[in-house]
Amino acid sequence: MLEIRNLHARIAEDGTEIIRGLDLHVKPGEVAAIMGPNGSGKSTLSYIIAGRDDYEVTEGDILWNGESILEMDVAERAASGIFLAFQYPMEIPGVATMEFLKVSMNAQRKARGLDPMKTPDFIRVVKENAAKLNISMDMLKRPLNVGFSGGEKKRAEILQMQLLQPLMAVMDETDSGLDIDALKVVADGVNALRGPDRAFLVITHYQRLLDYIVPDTVHVLYKGRIIHSGTRELALHLEENGYADIIAKAA
Amino acid sequence: MNMHVPRIHTAGEKALIAAIEAARATLPGNGDVMQRRDEAAGLLRAAGLPSRKVEAWHYTDLRNLLRGIPVGAGAGAGAGASEALIDGALMLRAGDDGVGRLDDVADMPEGVAVASMASAFASGAAAPLLAVASDHDAVGMVSAAMASTGFEVLVAAGAQVARPIQLDFAASAALHAVNRINIGAGAKAMLIERAHGGGMSSLVTWLSVADGADVTFVLLQDAADDALHFGRLVIEIGAQAKVLLLAVNSGGGLVRREIDVAVNGEHSDFKLRGMNLLSGRRHVDVTMVVRHRVEHTTSTELLRNVVTGEGRGVFQGQIRVAAEAQKTDARMACNTLLLSDEGEFLAKPELEIFADDVACGHGATVAEINRDHLFYLMARGVPEAEAKALLVRAFVSELLDDLEDEALHDALNDVLSSWLATH
Ligand SMILES: Nc1ncnc2c1ncn2[C@@H]1O[C@H](COP(=O)(O)OP(=O)(O)O)[C@@H](O)[C@H]1O
Ligand SMILES: [Mg+2]
Repeated sequence: MLEIRNLHARIAEDGTEIIRGLDLHVKPGEVAAIMGPNGSGKSTLSYIIAGRDDYEVTEGDILWNGESILEMDVAERAASGIFLAFQYPMEIPGVATMEFLKVSMNAQRKARGLDPMKTPDFIRVVKENAAKLNISMDMLKRPLNVGFSGGEKKRAEILQMQLLQPLMAVMDETDSGLDIDALKVVADGVNALRGPDRAFLVITHYQRLLDYIVPDTVHVLYKGRIIHSGTRELALHLEENGYADIIAKAA
Repeated sequence: MNMHVPRIHTAGEKALIAAIEAARATLPGNGDVMQRRDEAAGLLRAAGLPSRKVEAWHYTDLRNLLRGIPVGAGAGAGAGASEALIDGALMLRAGDDGVGRLDDVADMPEGVAVASMASAFASGAAAPLLAVASDHDAVGMVSAAMASTGFEVLVAAGAQVARPIQLDFAASAALHAVNRINIGAGAKAMLIERAHGGGMSSLVTWLSVADGADVTFVLLQDAADDALHFGRLVIEIGAQAKVLLLAVNSGGGLVRREIDVAVNGEHSDFKLRGMNLLSGRRHVDVTMVVRHRVEHTTSTELLRNVVTGEGRGVFQGQIRVAAEAQKTDARMACNTLLLSDEGEFLAKPELEIFADDVACGHGATVAEINRDHLFYLMARGVPEAEAKALLVRAFVSELLDDLEDEALHDALNDVLSSWLATH
């Protein structure tokens, strides 16, 4: 489904290479976890998949269902079914949350040749999903993410994911800043979306999240490369021993 | 009598003088009025148009910018259809023919009296409205020399007029109007002055707001892309009165809009909310002065400008606080969102304060679209143009969101939407 081949990428502005020959393959229905110390390039990888133009791909390719997405812009990638749950969701004053949700849902529907949603249907589906995530309608009346707590922002990201029904969700440290109850709510939201056609790339720092969202594969990202891959047990090993021995082995 | 040394005119000056001379024979007015016209024309001939050497025109070098007079759709084309900005507004329409049309005169709201300016030209009562302030007062000169239509609107003391009154000026080639609007003590009204169409136009309006009145005034200029427009609004505000002025420019080629506000009565409040949408190659200059003359008055001036293409905007905002005007509270902010490399906005806020116990401040900012915000919206599948439009709307929305009148809010939102849809 997603195939990243020998990816090299640098910061467009100053040319610093961040991703240095990264290979990764995610199959339909798979939940792949990416772990790694701070500064390894996890967020950068998620941005590059989403198409952020602060980064330049200098070598390699990203194939999405067999086709390169490097020439697609951010919105086109999203409409093709790639979703990024941000590590730090942006506060956007002046943009009403409900309007934003409607505009984004309808933009994706339009890109897929579907008619816009009718307002009552839209409101119903937002209410249903928001309730499951403990998101009040009051919160949704505010400007996008403005004044939301860290946990509220993360839950709002999951709400967007549920509404947009992507084929692949890249989740960048969705667990950070969440207490255990919120973590469960978020994990339930993700698990409800798991299915044979949908893949997840779950980026996390802690094994804790993986107790709730159980991964099929675990990959260690270090200095811009996947240095080790394994199953769920790898995450447990990292939790106990840290990254040192795996980094040493890879060196 | 002409004491000025004759000078060589630019092509633009020649065209303007020729337009004035050609119009003269058809213009209405008694001896007094015609004398004002001739004085204005004489002054223009002698002084020419102001250049950037004149401080008030520093950012709008009219002498060089005005290359000729745009012809618009042609004199015979007739006024374009003009809809009410707000449904149900009382429409006072004027086109190039100099005839002010008063719709539904039979159905006039209580306490409102309107008349065409025609009789005031004939009697000479309009002469004081044809005032030229100085030899660089281009707006005054053009208006005085050519004004041939307009309206008088009187709102009686205490009248609470629910129905908006729209003075609508649809130019096809040349339209020059003066208006006088008097709002009686304690009255409440909403007025809309719209300048649209093509060619050259000028609109000078004298608005007097008596004690305790509450006025919302919308100035909308959405003329054709090559239109030449001169506007002036002079406001006198009495005691305990409230004036909210919404000044919107979403069209025009070369536009100068002057706003002169005198806060003459204690405990009154003036608010300016300005929205300038600048695209293509338009040059729009908003030059404002607010004079706080007495104690305990407040004013806030908030402008939001959006610039794309080669659009160029100017805001000269001056707040003057007289020595007697203690306890004045005046705040001015001019914020610009720049969407292109070729566009620009020049802001010159000025405070001139002679009282010592006041709270006054001003600020001006220019920013580009926030790239993080744009990325976030696009990452949800919103195409770039649409995402930018959302962010532009967000930037301007602060200006519109605190409008209490829902119909007005929606109407101005529609102006913004249609601009966004076409630029
Ligand atoms: N736009 C950028 N400008 C400057 N440095 C960046 C930028 N993006 C990433 N980096 C740097 O690249 C490295 C990897 O960052 P990041 O992808 O955020 O790591 P992680 O998410 O694994 O903690 C860090 O050293 C970070 O400072
Ligand atoms: Mg990160």
